[in-house]
Amino acid sequence: MFFWIIKRDLLLAVRRRSDVLTTLFFFVIVVSLFPLSVGPEMNLLRTMAPGVVWVAALLASMLSLGRLFSNDYLDGTLEQMLLSPQSFSLLVLGKALAHWLVTGVPLVLMAPVLGIQYDLPADALFVLVVSLLLGTPVLSLIGAIGAALTLGLRGGGVLVSLLVLPLYIPVLIFGAGAVEANMAGVSFEAHLSLLGAFLLVSLVFSPWATASSLRVSME
Amino acid sequence: MLQGSNLACVRGDRRLFKDVNFTLEAGTLMQVHGPNGSGKTSLLRILCGLSNPALGEITWNGTGIRTLGYEYLSNLTYIGHLSGTKDDLTVLENIRISSALAGMQITEAQARKALAYMGLKGRELLPAKVLSQGQRRRVALARLLVCKTKLWILDEPLAALDVMAVKLIQRLLERHLADEGMVIMTTHQDIEVTTFSKVNLKLA
Repeated sequence: MFFWIIKRDLLLAVRRRSDVLTTLFFFVIVVSLFPLSVGPEMNLLRTMAPGVVWVAALLASMLSLGRLFSNDYLDGTLEQMLLSPQSFSLLVLGKALAHWLVTGVPLVLMAPVLGIQYDLPADALFVLVVSLLLGTPVLSLIGAIGAALTLGLRGGGVLVSLLVLPLYIPVLIFGAGAVEANMAGVSFEAHLSLLGAFLLVSLVFSPWATASSLRVSME
Repeated sequence: MLQGSNLACVRGDRRLFKDVNFTLEAGTLMQVHGPNGSGKTSLLRILCGLSNPALGEITWNGTGIRTLGYEYLSNLTYIGHLSGTKDDLTVLENIRISSALAGMQITEAQARKALAYMGLKGRELLPAKVLSQGQRRRVALARLLVCKTKLWILDEPLAALDVMAVKLIQRLLERHLADEGMVIMTTHQDIEVTTFSKVNLKLA
């Protein structure tokens, strides 16, 4: 059943490619705007790169949060999922995972290409990819809580950013921090371990919190 | 056996109904009557456990449905106002996925058979968005053919259906009741299920 929901959401994403592509292009454009506006100052760009890429990833991931539950809510499938005789938290985890596969993974794959614009060295690119790989699922999982809380509200899109962005800050600090540490020649493992810890904690708590908020939103 | 005692429902400042009592035995159909806005849908949602009653308790074979949780849900199929079909999926994918999510995996042959029964033969591979309102309803109701649940809660199942489809649903309900099933439904049309006991519940 867990796999059915992932399969369904991926199938829907394939049928509606535009949703996936807008998120990805948003990420690409935001990241590319900075080198264009700052100019070819390599040292400045290199220092900015981790922060810019991470902030763009954050915003891109948030952009698609509104659709995470709202479509299912509007056509009644969310109601049916609530009535499913299997764990609702597991279903929600499946949905968050599908969201990550659709929005997070393309960002991770695109990041090294974009990093070249900032003249990042190869090992820094590698750390960037690893940090995004650990961090973007956390964004999807935390974002799911926000999306569930604002489900069915007017102006939910703005509200979800106010709710979720502050919670993204630790991920941002340690994600960008890992790349900065690597470029400064310091060990970056601590940052990545912390990101891994965030991931584990959110894997355990987020589905449960999201499921409870959805139950309240659906009443 | 599903039993509701002293159920009350409040929406905002308005009390929709109070002191609703009923007992539903196996093989019985309960039709909920009442004018628009009398709380029929709210009552059905409460019976599903989607929302909580302001007062009162619902029990399934003597145990509260909240306590039973997933065990109660495994006996239940609910079809509400919203059809629960995904516009971008084909009819066949829709029924297979919605059944799987309801904990009942079906083969493609089973799905095709159910769709054919509902008069959707030849439309299996169309995306649901091109279907008419009545056809969507048929897709949603096709789930009843493949589910193995005992209690069906149907909110206006006959809305948008043509005469032929209404007859199909009638036959389907009769078959389910003959199998010791239970049905709770709201409808403004008159539905005749002969030879089975029917309870009427009136909401003021």
